[in-house]
Amino acid sequence: MLTIEQEIYDAIVAHARRDHPDEACGVVAGPEGSDRPERFIPMVNAAGSPTFYEFDSTELLALYKDMDARDEEPVVVYHSHTATEAYPSRTDIGLASEPNAHYVLVSTREHGNSEGPVEFRSYRIIDGVVTEEEVTITPTQKTQEASTP
Amino acid sequence: MAIEVRIPTILRTYTDGAKAVEGSGGTLSALIDDLEGNHPGIKERLVEDKSGSVDLRRFVNVYINDEDVRFIGGLDAELADGDQVVVLPAVAGG
Repeated sequence: MLTIEQEIYDAIVAHARRDHPDEACGVVAGPEGSDRPERFIPMVNAAGSPTFYEFDSTELLALYKDMDARDEEPVVVYHSHTATEAYPSRTDIGLASEPNAHYVLVSTREHGNSEGPVEFRSYRIIDGVVTEEEVTITPTQKTQEASTP
Repeated sequence: MAIEVRIPTILRTYTDGAKAVEGSGGTLSALIDDLEGNHPGIKERLVEDKSGSVDLRRFVNVYINDEDVRFIGGLDAELADGDQVVVLPAVAGG
């Protein structure tokens, strides 16, 4: 199960809406081993594409070094689908390389850049096997550390 | 000659869970061969055969002292004692 705070959930959805019709992508980091997604880090989709996403390689290194320095790991890896359902594509499954992460898929196919409900689903992707999991949204904690992208 | 190599989570099955290992080699290619000697199977995850020649896998990023090796010669990129190598799988999908 993925447990995520309302504020971070909203930030992921807002990012997906903003970048529609291109795919949006990013990470929510959290303390290693905690399974708590705490620090929202939107990333640039270097592919700038409606059907593909990829973190820029230099930004990827900076991200991982930063998480390393903070004893964090990517608890959530998210991206959007802009014309299809919020289910991992064959490419998503083939390239998934964080066995401890929750892979969040948001679909903006219904409302695009506009307000309106979006599909928000979470999966484990391990060795090519996709397992969908429940998403629980909790009220935002006041003590949450401010995050800088 | 010791070179520190940072190993991503997904490849730690080859390093008994170690986040970093040491290797040696004058080029990235030689380093990967050296790693393969101590961590059999890891090479296959880093490189692939592309029309007869071996190259880095498209969705594996390797950095030498924070430089993406694709900009400094790929597998022929030169290494020296004390260099730090970081391996990171691409975060990508469709």
